[in-house]
Amino acid sequence: MSVVEIAVTQAPAQEVEKGAFARLLTRKLALFALVLIAVIVGAALFAPWVAPFDPNEQFFEGLTLEGAPLPPGATFWLGTDLLGRDLLSRLIYGAQTSLIIGVVANGVAALVGASVGILAGFFRGWVETVLMRFTDLMMAFPALLLAITLAALFRPSLWIVAMVIAMVNWVQMARVVYTETRSLSEREFITAERSMGAGTFRILFRHILPHLLSSILVFGTLGISTTVLLEATLSYLGIGVQPPTPSWGNIIYENQTYFTSAPWLVFFPGLAIIALALGFNLLGDALREVLDPTQKGRH
Amino acid sequence: MSTLPPEPAVPSSLSERSSRVVLGVSGLQTAVATPQGRKIVVDGLSFDLHEGETICVAGESGSGKSMTALSIMGLLPEPMAKVVGGSIHLEGRDLTTLPEAEMRTIRGSEIAMIFQEPMTSLNPVLTIGRQVREAVLAHEPLSRREADARALEALKAVRLSEPERRMTQYPHELSGGMRQRVMIAMALACHPKVLIADEPTTALDVTIQAQILQLMRDLQKETGTAIILITHDMGVVAEMADRVIVMQHGKIVEDNLVRPLFAAPEAAYTEELLAAVPKLGALAGVDPVNAHAGTAAAAKVLEVDDLTVRFDLRGGVLNRVVSRVHAVEGISFDLHRGETLGLVGESGCGKSTIGKALMNLVPWEGSIRVCGEHVLRARTAAGDRAYRRNLQMVFQDPYASLDPRMTVGDLVGEPLVIHGLASGQELQDRVAGLFRRVGLTPDQMKRHPHEFSGGQRQRICIARALALSPKAIIADESVSALDVSVQAQVLDLLKELQDELGLAYLFISHDMTVVEQVSHRVAVMYLGQIVEIGTRRQIFENPQHPYTRRLMSAVPIPDPARRRAVFDVPQGEIPSPVVPIGESVSRVRYQDVGAGHLVAVA
Repeated sequence: MSVVEIAVTQAPAQEVEKGAFARLLTRKLALFALVLIAVIVGAALFAPWVAPFDPNEQFFEGLTLEGAPLPPGATFWLGTDLLGRDLLSRLIYGAQTSLIIGVVANGVAALVGASVGILAGFFRGWVETVLMRFTDLMMAFPALLLAITLAALFRPSLWIVAMVIAMVNWVQMARVVYTETRSLSEREFITAERSMGAGTFRILFRHILPHLLSSILVFGTLGISTTVLLEATLSYLGIGVQPPTPSWGNIIYENQTYFTSAPWLVFFPGLAIIALALGFNLLGDALREVLDPTQKGRH
Repeated sequence: MSTLPPEPAVPSSLSERSSRVVLGVSGLQTAVATPQGRKIVVDGLSFDLHEGETICVAGESGSGKSMTALSIMGLLPEPMAKVVGGSIHLEGRDLTTLPEAEMRTIRGSEIAMIFQEPMTSLNPVLTIGRQVREAVLAHEPLSRREADARALEALKAVRLSEPERRMTQYPHELSGGMRQRVMIAMALACHPKVLIADEPTTALDVTIQAQILQLMRDLQKETGTAIILITHDMGVVAEMADRVIVMQHGKIVEDNLVRPLFAAPEAAYTEELLAAVPKLGALAGVDPVNAHAGTAAAAKVLEVDDLTVRFDLRGGVLNRVVSRVHAVEGISFDLHRGETLGLVGESGCGKSTIGKALMNLVPWEGSIRVCGEHVLRARTAAGDRAYRRNLQMVFQDPYASLDPRMTVGDLVGEPLVIHGLASGQELQDRVAGLFRRVGLTPDQMKRHPHEFSGGQRQRICIARALALSPKAIIADESVSALDVSVQAQVLDLLKELQDELGLAYLFISHDMTVVEQVSHRVAVMYLGQIVEIGTRRQIFENPQHPYTRRLMSAVPIPDPARRRAVFDVPQGEIPSPVVPIGESVSRVRYQDVGAGHLVAVA
């Protein structure tokens, strides 16, 4: 008897939760995105087992007799670079670096930016003045110069580079979230909440944040490719991830001058960055629609 | 006074209708794409519009009135919506088959349209003169100088004060009524044969509405333009129409001349629609009943004394306060248990600000007591909560005042959660009870606001306001956004709840007829002050203040037999409540003209 009752009372809740994930899985693009992300994360996690060669080993047979890199072939699937290293292995190991930069650094940037934006947009007054003027200052300051300064202060390591990138990249997110929070706070349902006696926390977390999620998701995923490339720039200047550790960004930068003679050296890492950004972008888009109750029954 | 040059054939009078058909619509079908598939929103619409005639298309929201207008103008948002059948003939050409390029030459020059929202229909960064001039230049090969002259002429024709100066002004410098005049001037600048007006006065105050309707009538007499007037307001229909088309669900339910339609409606739906329209003066001679007046508990639930709200306006290099908006200036009133006080006035008179001040949403001065307890200006969450349990608010727009991401069950239960009054199963039960109380079913609790109609959403808002069992509810334009039939149902619900629970309402509205229907007492506001307050009968049967009389005379009467030849409305607008710093506003003094009927004396 009691089992039946529990089953009855719990059924609707489960239905809702399963509904969201099931709806996600019914979308072809979302599935594609999940596969892309799974491949990249898998490559990063299992690099030592998946990669055909050591990423830093310079193969004698990886270069032509004239010393030029090899195009994609039977031994080296995606070809070799200028030092005769296997490009595929470097890309697989580079996934670790790029994921950390693209996901962690970008995630921290999104978190900082969103927090600053929400606080400034919601509380207004001096909080708004201080936070937004600081944001404007950061925006006006050349990002690269700032990154170089920060990187010079600390000894370059992967995590420091990630944090430096986060510190440079949060400003755009802050601007976007700030503007949206401001217009949300003026909406009548927020006034209605206040008139019921709802506290600040309740309004912020239950009524404003859910509406911001879509912008944060979309803007956050768009930041992935920018951050990966910023890391490459830093590497190029010698303050990013230190060679010989591979990252997708620094592979592109190392080889960009040979674009005409060895296009695969730029093409494949570029493709990898696009795949990473696209995967998260599509997933973010699908999540936004699936989690938005006002879209129910509309797809 | 200069007017537009007369068109060649001016009909001598409107009743003597010229037989020339300007616009012939037959079997028009318009479809929109929805997630559920194609939906026909205009179905088999046919009518002939004659020169100099006014056809009113009336109906409630979703009846397809606006879609009809957009179909004729060729402005449907394709490919989401398109004409799928029928024809629209304008002087021998079928508009449904014309390519876009040709349609563009017809729009504005032969068929013009004015929209509901004069605030957003003008480009805010261009001067009025330039916008009107461009409307002329788009269709006629004139020099700039000639076009300017035509623009000025058009502005004069719509009786805009100081037309030369208006040419150089920007839209934000003009009031809503003036902007709608500019829109009409632009629409008529090229002497179109047909003018389509989609709810042209809905966003305007009644006195401004009367002025604009008068203007449209005058211009029609001068130019012979045929008008299609789309409106939900049967009062406007009665004042303006030669012929009326009543629409429901995209179909014509009745098509008749205006007098027979109002006198003896043929379709049951028309009858319902007319019956739901509140008529000013319908309750003359009837004393409002307060079911709780005699009881010992007929205490004052709300006492407002000398309430003042001012907003600072900053300016100058140093961003100092240079002037203040005197939104509310020394208002005092009481509200008793089981009583409805109607607070009526035009936009900008401060009536909504009073509601916000009472809910502590704007800074205020003076004294507010709820159930005898002083409300503190200091806005501490705990202090706020205590009095909010006795005073709740229902907002104007049921679409905007519910968080679209939450389920309606959570929304209604939220006050109980915020105030820590219920949780778990008890919360669910109480919310279910509230749903039943306002005429909804508890199985709807899991749905989201967008799945409900406007009337149902307003019921949800009422349920939410009731959750804390308050003594008084502030209803700020709470039925203004609803269709008349739905409006009547929501008003009935409010009345029922009042009789049952002894609720007191502060009913804020711009609509005199609705206020007459619901109020026990009425206060008329003008420029932040109450100019007249008294019982419903005192105000509506014996209005003393000139402003009260002006408001009442401006309300359109839903009876074509009593159509006014000329609206007896003084031209002009309400002065600005913005006062430079250092100057003060003179407070009105009141004279008691009998039995508590207070009237402001100058």
